[in-house]
Amino acid sequence: MRANDPKKVSGELFTLTYGSLVAQLLKDYENVDDVNRQLERMGYNIGMRLIEDFLARANPGRCYDLRDTADKIQQAFKLYLGVSPSIGSWSPGGDEFSVVMETNPMAEFVELPEHCLGLRYSNILTGVIRGACEMVQLEVMAWFIADQLKGDNMTEIRVKFVKRLEDAIPAGED
Amino acid sequence: MAEEAVFDFIHMEAVSYVFQGGEKVSEDEAVSKLEHMGFATGYRLVERLTRESGRYKDELDIMKYICKDLWVTVYKKQIDNLRTNHQGVYVLHDNRFRLLTHMANGKQYLQYAPRYLAFTCGLVRGCLANLGVTCVVTAEVTHLPACKFQIQVQRG
Repeated sequence: MRANDPKKVSGELFTLTYGSLVAQLLKDYENVDDVNRQLERMGYNIGMRLIEDFLARANPGRCYDLRDTADKIQQAFKLYLGVSPSIGSWSPGGDEFSVVMETNPMAEFVELPEHCLGLRYSNILTGVIRGACEMVQLEVMAWFIADQLKGDNMTEIRVKFVKRLEDAIPAGED
Repeated sequence: MAEEAVFDFIHMEAVSYVFQGGEKVSEDEAVSKLEHMGFATGYRLVERLTRESGRYKDELDIMKYICKDLWVTVYKKQIDNLRTNHQGVYVLHDNRFRLLTHMANGKQYLQYAPRYLAFTCGLVRGCLANLGVTCVVTAEVTHLPACKFQIQVQRG
């Protein structure tokens, strides 16, 4: 019945568009590491704009600690990708956590051919998280530690808090 | 779910990616990459969209499908006007094309508008190819955010 559900189908539009984009990058770059980097950069650009859309749509309120931030990231995955990832594996210091997806909608129709095993297909997501957090004064690092396309039984992104960014005041305006 | 925003963002990044490198990039090559991405997307998408529908009775019927169902799925509105010369040329008018609505109206950015139509030209060509119609699709903007797509069916 999925084919008759227009919502589901427009989700597929984005999945397929993203697939065509990744295919184009693989054609343009010889090295998969460059593709991974480019995907991250695109995600970063998207994240910087997406955060504004997210604040407007979801009106999520202020975050008081990283756990709040993690909840908001979970909420954003639900809003934009239609999946509810779980948040967990907190580091003892509380500065690092995992976003775990049972199914990854970005990779729904994807199989990695053998010569692309180094490709982090959904790497755009790590960039989106980094870009979005940076716009709310949080510097974070994000990277994949498990990927269903590589045979893991779930997809897991690790997010690490680096530092709070202070508003930079342009020289001469203080 | 806000998936239409996600599509917009991915599309914007695709456009900015093919034009990165500024002046050095050949316009033709960049546009052709976008067109190709659109084609690959449309070809696969239409296969999924039409899985449960019956056979279209003729070419015009297929064009109506593009203007109504496909356009609503992808761009959240129907094509405003479809014209044909009944000899294989179809012109689709969209008075408020979704991928141009992020740009300021008027003439200022008119020269950049074609970049935002190339993906869709490919998308339409891909959809039609999968439905058995071989064609060339071109687009034209005269006044943002309105544009028209011309489909020229190749016969023989």
